[in-house]
Amino acid sequence: MDLGPCVSTEATGKSQAPHTGTTIVAVSFDGGVVLGADGRVSTGTYISNRASNKIQQLTDNVFLLRSGSAADTQAIGDYVRYFAEQLACELGAPPSVATVAKLVSTMNYQNKEMLMGAMIVAGYDEQQGGQVYGCPIGGTLVREQWAVDGSGSTYIWAALDDAFKEGMTRKEAEALVVDALSLAMARDASSGGIIRTVTLDKTGAHVRYIGGSDVPTWFEDLPAPNAAAAGMAVG
Amino acid sequence: MSGIGTGYDLSATTYSPDGKVFQTDYAQKAVDNSSTALGIKCKDGIVLAVEKLVVSKLLVERSSRRIHNVDRHAGICVAGLLPDGRMVVNRAAEEASNYKSFYGEPIPGRVLCERLASYMHLFNLYWSMRPYGTAGLLATYDEDGPALYLVEPSGVAHKYHGTAVGKARQAVKNELEKMKLGQLTCREAVVEAAKILHKVHEEDGKPFEIEMSWICDDSGRVHQRVPAEVLAEAEAAAKAAMEESDMED
Repeated sequence: MDLGPCVSTEATGKSQAPHTGTTIVAVSFDGGVVLGADGRVSTGTYISNRASNKIQQLTDNVFLLRSGSAADTQAIGDYVRYFAEQLACELGAPPSVATVAKLVSTMNYQNKEMLMGAMIVAGYDEQQGGQVYGCPIGGTLVREQWAVDGSGSTYIWAALDDAFKEGMTRKEAEALVVDALSLAMARDASSGGIIRTVTLDKTGAHVRYIGGSDVPTWFEDLPAPNAAAAGMAVG
Repeated sequence: MSGIGTGYDLSATTYSPDGKVFQTDYAQKAVDNSSTALGIKCKDGIVLAVEKLVVSKLLVERSSRRIHNVDRHAGICVAGLLPDGRMVVNRAAEEASNYKSFYGEPIPGRVLCERLASYMHLFNLYWSMRPYGTAGLLATYDEDGPALYLVEPSGVAHKYHGTAVGKARQAVKNELEKMKLGQLTCREAVVEAAKILHKVHEEDGKPFEIEMSWICDDSGRVHQRVPAEVLAEAEAAAKAAMEESDMED
């Protein structure tokens, strides 16, 4: 009898808590940043959500990419959103991206025994334009031109090393993020499904959704099944 | 001091029939009786200056500070009860340090001003504490540029182009109003401040020192004492101006 996905892990040895085995990418371009994430949330071998949203908005102009424990990163995101909103009231202005990133890394650092959240904070502000900050587990805070994290990121470090150029246009950066994500999704079992991206520049946040069948495919990838054809075949 | 406030001035939690809290007013008097301090907002920074009466020949020159650092980008000149002033400065430094530690950036001037004003106001609310008998001239330089604030014992705080506190504040403000403050550089303002302080110093024969600080582009946007040579030049110019005006009389 199949007892479903919520039972013992002795056989597989995999963690059972919902886990954003993930690929997240953020890249800065001339005038802003592009953030992207896949949509897969897995509990062991069961994909509990194939179209999740791993991009959380923290302020009008700063977003959070989440990987690691889904619960931990959601909690951190909620706290930081709360602190940032309070700060915005005191400042009478939106907080800078650097400050929001600092709040995320502080939570990671002060609670490092309990948390497993590897995050990327990216945003756009007047002071420094588009910025990407890595906030990995442990509480590090480091500003970078581009950042990747999550289980799928291991497959695309070299790809980004090769493809990233300073001063790209918005279109080039968006294409780079989608390509990188799809490469990782092709190789990492814990990443896949759909791609969500957010582009931030002085005009604001622009959200994009790329459905499973529109995700670029690579060498030896099977083409995505055509839903209509599948229906006809079964019927 | 019987008379005006009789009966309604014994605690900070009592209003008078005409809506005053006399304890707050009395705290303001402590500031008004202090030696004169002034601040000028220039186009490239802020200058703070204070007249310090030398009460004894035994005092080491230029040793007792009236102007204090709060953070690299902020400083306060206190007037009134000086030990109270020290506590206010310490609180400001704590606020700045905590802000930097939590948010990762230097505290903006207007936030520091609000925090300090709130803090000073606190002591006007409770029976068990007296208001601070100090006012602080707060000079800051942040991403929004240089700013000069005055925080008073009541908790009121405003942003100024130029202002003064203490005994000769009205005379100083009259002088400041004649000047085109927005067009001065800090170097020019240092000279003007020295001239003004010499001019309004009332107690003839009583020696006094001038302490000045600035935070400007020339100082790397760091709050620091005006360099000794610059101050010496300014004082020389001020003394020359005084002699000139004496000769005119």
